[in-house]
Amino acid sequence: MTQAKPFPLNSWYAAAWSHEIKHELATRTICEKDVVLYRRSDGQIAALEDACWHRLLPLSMGRLKDDQVVCGYHGLVFNSAGRCTYMPAQKTINPSACVRAYPTVERHRLVWLWPGDPALADPAKLPDFHWNDGTEWVGEGGTFYSLRCDYRLVVDNLMDLTHETYVHAGSIGDEAITSAPFEVTHTDRSATITRWMIDIDPPPFWAKQLGKPGHVDRWQIIYFQAPSTVVGDVGVALTGTGAPQGNRSQGINGAFLAAITPDTEKSCHYFWNFVRTFRKGDEQLTRDIQRAHVNNGQGVYDQDHDVLEAQQKAIDKNPRLPFYNLNIDAGALWARRLTEQMVASEHGQGMHVPSQAAE
Amino acid sequence: MAEQIDWRSARLRSIRDLTSDIRLFEIEPSGEFVAPAPGSHINIVVQINGRPDVRCYSAVGPCRDGVYRIAVKLLPDTRGGSKYMWSLAPGAQMTISTPGNHFELSHGRPEYLLLAGGIGITPIFTMAMALAQENANFRLLYACRRRQDLALGDELKERIGDRLQTFIDEEGARIDLDSEIARLSPRGEFYVCGPIGMLEAAKRHWQQSGRPMDQLRFETFGNSGRFASEPFKVKIPRLGTEVDVLVGQTMLEALEAAGVEMISDCRRGECGLCALPILETDGVVDHRDVFFSEEEKAANTKLCTCVSRVIAGSITIDTADRAS
Repeated sequence: MTQAKPFPLNSWYAAAWSHEIKHELATRTICEKDVVLYRRSDGQIAALEDACWHRLLPLSMGRLKDDQVVCGYHGLVFNSAGRCTYMPAQKTINPSACVRAYPTVERHRLVWLWPGDPALADPAKLPDFHWNDGTEWVGEGGTFYSLRCDYRLVVDNLMDLTHETYVHAGSIGDEAITSAPFEVTHTDRSATITRWMIDIDPPPFWAKQLGKPGHVDRWQIIYFQAPSTVVGDVGVALTGTGAPQGNRSQGINGAFLAAITPDTEKSCHYFWNFVRTFRKGDEQLTRDIQRAHVNNGQGVYDQDHDVLEAQQKAIDKNPRLPFYNLNIDAGALWARRLTEQMVASEHGQGMHVPSQAAE
Repeated sequence: MAEQIDWRSARLRSIRDLTSDIRLFEIEPSGEFVAPAPGSHINIVVQINGRPDVRCYSAVGPCRDGVYRIAVKLLPDTRGGSKYMWSLAPGAQMTISTPGNHFELSHGRPEYLLLAGGIGITPIFTMAMALAQENANFRLLYACRRRQDLALGDELKERIGDRLQTFIDEEGARIDLDSEIARLSPRGEFYVCGPIGMLEAAKRHWQQSGRPMDQLRFETFGNSGRFASEPFKVKIPRLGTEVDVLVGQTMLEALEAAGVEMISDCRRGECGLCALPILETDGVVDHRDVFFSEEEKAANTKLCTCVSRVIAGSITIDTADRAS
């Protein structure tokens, strides 16, 4: 009997940045499935189970021959659909011989992979991640591959930004975040947290970007799409210029983007970006913002990285689960609820969710 | 994909005869239900002469309601799996596996041609239902010996209408494989399940059309040949012994039972591990495997002992044994 995992398989997950997949073999682990990816000569992306049908050697240890993978052990050849097209020392090919081929879609500068039932892999189910296209919004992000924490801890982190006050003091953190009221809403596939901080001193990062003196209205509108993408519409505008009513013309707007992909139950790949609609042509600013996030351990996301891995270690050591929840966790709890529903629907019944089992 | 067999107990919920010799079984598993993808089979523990053995049967239909459906053709002169299945009454306790799949259906192809012969309709029926559900472009060619053998014909007609074409052998209908293949989109795929003669013909015509072999998919459970099974004698000069193969057992089983050391894996004529050299035969070798090419079968120098048989005579073979 298979124990339900904390992640749904019937979902699109970011597997790589588009530019990372070339006409060569690349590996990723997505939801505990080892995958070998490559770009075919027609530009399409192939994603195969990274284990030869014959003796399970990772196909990624083999080589590409045109658009097919040659196993590095006995030379079996698999095409981009996972079908064996050559077997050594025989005239026919065993009809059972194949490796799994995973559906992939390239969109919003990322390669998305569907680890579950290929029959259900509908591109219409891709999360909306258009902020990452590099058109209306600009920014250059990156990936923390194999971040050593449960992917849900990253979602938790982004779904409650009061942590900015303590983890990111001095850049984007501000006492106002912890005192501002917030509203949480949800649909069956998304959850949204809206927080407005009215008439506050802008925190250092935003004050510098805005470049105008005076108090601001600051917003954080965080949009979660189950199971694991988060988009945070964030910005500031001079107070009293109507931003809460919809007029953001006297402000500046950014968005943090996160596509978080389970690697194992206790590790994940965190694809991130911070994009903006102001000073779009300023490439130096793009580089500066990237460095502000990830900078050899000094960036904002490096700070999160440390917290998340330390949190996972503590969870592993302390059987005291569940966590205790605060009022600020409402967004994270809705996110977890929606994901649990996806997992449960794959297994036909409720799953055991340790973090919610009140004891 | 390596197959991991996960056994569980189950209960036979009901039976229904689709034709005079094809019976539909509805089986309720205990524990979590794993829905079978098109092309899947389940393994079933059968009792043959009081000893447990395993048989594979293709799932019939999408089985979305938590019940596995299989169809079993009663084959009196074979190894006894079907006879055992037909002896079961509703309520019977069974041991079955979760679904495995050696015959997966690809998604998103521009066109599909499905070909079924006789009881080979079982996985093809499931594929047709899935393709209809996806609004895929497909056709199904279904051949049978007699009109009354057309199991699931009414269900197919109702669900897929004129995408189904039937060919009744005794009414003189023949499938023109060359023109059927020629009509198929260049990137289309061809799925075949039926007797070995049909598989060989499909492979030959597909090869002649120059299409990529990986776009031809087929499945065999290795239980049908060009000739009806009959008993035959196997002579093994190297071991100074003779082994009789009965109608209800395979040559591999008979050799194993006689103490001949054999290696084998798939036991359905696909992998070629159990093949042995033919030294001589005064009969006709009925090659029922898909491991050897047609040329190799014509050369008749080896046979897959797990499925192939001899009619109208005996066979002399060699084995791997060497004096130490």
